[in-house]
Amino acid sequence: MLLGRIIGNVVCTMKDPSLHGQKLLIVQPLDRKGRDKGRPVVALDAVGAGAGETIYWCRGKEASFPFLPAELPTEATIVGIVDSVNLPA
Amino acid sequence: MLIGRVIGDVVATQKVASHDGRKILIVQPLQLDGSDRGDPVLALDAVGAGVGERVLLTTEGFSAMTAVGRPNSPIDSAVIGVIDSVDVHDE
Repeated sequence: MLLGRIIGNVVCTMKDPSLHGQKLLIVQPLDRKGRDKGRPVVALDAVGAGAGETIYWCRGKEASFPFLPAELPTEATIVGIVDSVNLPA
Repeated sequence: MLIGRVIGDVVATQKVASHDGRKILIVQPLQLDGSDRGDPVLALDAVGAGVGERVLLTTEGFSAMTAVGRPNSPIDSAVIGVIDSVDVHDE
């Protein structure tokens, strides 16, 4: 999983039927210090994340598992809202 | 699998249920010479690793889910071992 921040959302009226009712959020990946790193991706939301929140997201086939038994075509899903990041180093 | 170092952890109360009861560790993958290999990732802990320890990191979903005992869950990486030693044979 990777850290990220919600920076927007996407609306698609015409889409795969299994994605109806799903929130499509734009995630900016972050480095360990919370700075933007890399390019934004669009992810499904499995936890009710809101704009501006720091979250962590899952990639790959596993990203479709929060929605089982439905099989959603996603390879990025937000799976947690971050309360704090502890980096002693 | 990759060799990595645990550099911290993340607290998240609101998350998918399958992540409950496991620590979310921040792991920096390492090259064999000990330098950083790419960017840190978040991984669920399956073995009780602590910050500062060198660990074995899996970055494939099925093995990560199996290690933490949570099938069919959105987990794409896990810490599956604490490293005692690394031996690289010079040719």
